[in-house]
Amino acid sequence: MVHQGVTQPDARQRRDSRASERIIHLILLAATSISVLTTFSIVYSLFTETMAFFSAVPLTDFLFDTEWTPLFTNKRYGIWPLVTATFVTSLIAMLVAVPAGLLAALYLNEFAPERFRAFVKPALEILAGVPTVVYGYFALITVTPFLQQFIPGMQSLNMLSSGIVMGFMILPMVLSLSEDALSAVPQALREGGYALGATRFEVATRILLPAAASGVVAAIILALSRAIGETMIVAIAAGQNPLLTFDPRQSAATMTAYILQVSLGDTPYGSLGYYTLYTVGMTLFLLTLVMNLFSTWFIHRFREVYE
Amino acid sequence: MNIPDHSQTIEKQLPLATRSRPWGAYRYRRRLFNIVFHILGLISIGVGFAMLGILFVTIFNQGITRLNWEFLTSFDSRFPDRAGIKAALVGTFYTISLTIAIAFPLGVASAIYLEEYIRTNWFSRAIEVNISNLAAVPSIIYGLLGLQMFIRWMSLGRGILTGALTLALLVLPTIIIASREAIRAVPLSLREASYALGATRWQTTWHHVLPMALPGVLTGVILAVSRAIGETAALITIGALTFVMFLPHHVLDTFTVLPILIFNWTSRPQDEFRSAASAAIIVLLALVLTVNAIAIILRQRLRRRL
Repeated sequence: MVHQGVTQPDARQRRDSRASERIIHLILLAATSISVLTTFSIVYSLFTETMAFFSAVPLTDFLFDTEWTPLFTNKRYGIWPLVTATFVTSLIAMLVAVPAGLLAALYLNEFAPERFRAFVKPALEILAGVPTVVYGYFALITVTPFLQQFIPGMQSLNMLSSGIVMGFMILPMVLSLSEDALSAVPQALREGGYALGATRFEVATRILLPAAASGVVAAIILALSRAIGETMIVAIAAGQNPLLTFDPRQSAATMTAYILQVSLGDTPYGSLGYYTLYTVGMTLFLLTLVMNLFSTWFIHRFREVYE
Repeated sequence: MNIPDHSQTIEKQLPLATRSRPWGAYRYRRRLFNIVFHILGLISIGVGFAMLGILFVTIFNQGITRLNWEFLTSFDSRFPDRAGIKAALVGTFYTISLTIAIAFPLGVASAIYLEEYIRTNWFSRAIEVNISNLAAVPSIIYGLLGLQMFIRWMSLGRGILTGALTLALLVLPTIIIASREAIRAVPLSLREASYALGATRWQTTWHHVLPMALPGVLTGVILAVSRAIGETAALITIGALTFVMFLPHHVLDTFTVLPILIFNWTSRPQDEFRSAASAAIIVLLALVLTVNAIAIILRQRLRRRL
């Protein structure tokens, strides 16, 4: 990244040490520091408000109570209902996105002609470009009534249809990132497989997939963290009622839906309700942060490097 | 071409269990797997497109009758047949313009610094990890950050400026990552030629590297715009209004945007608001998809040139 030794170093240094060059250097540094400051501000604001919350509510209530009712008269502060709803909706989304995304990626990489791939990849990216509020509306108005015809006991707000629609939202992410990882596998490995008489299916599943495993796993983890942080789809189509249940036909508020619901209301600063925003936000932030760090680490640790 | 076929003779010498039929069945099964896999792959892609198609068709059918000039030019209303998207459309336009005015220079400047200036060491690696993590932070967390930073600490109120600053922080990582890739793709020989002629680092960057990298940078910025246009959760968290009957005249004026209006109409009880919401979604999708199409075309042309 630093192109030194291109001209004589001391001549370059003399040129670059002009006042204007130094000022520009400082301006660029300042711009870069904004993103570092953003991270610090996120951590700091989440941390201070979370501390304020825990000075009023014991950590044991937060971790072991099974009800979350901070906005009612009988206030309970157990995080689990929000966590289970987040878990159920994300799991459904992954059940849609991972098989479909992986199959499509393997198909595009190994079976499809190049022109087909060049068309399909950007075209499916449109799915990722659709604003999430549109998906929420679609899940509520179209998908739920459709599923209600087959599934008895399905509520008009439910985790199933929001999970399914969310799966289609993250499908292009799984597809695109795994396809990139598959493309990086050297041609020689494929040819070796075919020379031994393997079918395309065998090359795809026994050579390409293991060789690209680190990239594929990273893609899946990033998609999962996107699903966990997704707000509008679940807020519109899964409802805002915190309920500890694993039944996807039920309506239940996720962590993100809760934050949105409180933001829509009139919660004064300094109230316990306001602090819960940041406590739930902190939980969400830590969850996604751990997953993102894990995926970065996983890529570096398990990447097969090909010359 | 007279090659004697020995396969029959060889097969007769094999143990009974591996003779013709089991071997044929095995090969048949492998072929079958291959075909099934082929079909499953096609189905997966087909399902993705089908979903997209169903989404477009249902929303188009529900909303197209409601979409007319009056809808675009009237304010929101309690009566579904009188409600329009004027305030939201103008709000979206102002907010996004301001967001880009903030995020574009900041993002490109960071990218230049990270590609052309910084020395590779633990600090540069830390910044790299930091930016890729920021890109994956849920948007609603940015909303909480905006609420705390711009409303509580800086007392900027719940106006367009707060919204634009929050969105700018949200899209900044996207712009930085795309711009860095574009800058990295500029051939080293170009820089060397410039340095050899006695140019400084900034002259080289400004006159040679940036113009070459511009299409890639712009693609990243346009994708960031498309993300910002559809962003809802972060703006609701900082308290953008849901019912607005005026146009903003100042960056500190309160505002609403198209996705928030759609969210609001979705949650109103009268069924008639659904067709209004669908009509607003058509407008939103048209905006977002146009912006995306520009980015894709730009990327294709760029690929041809390199």
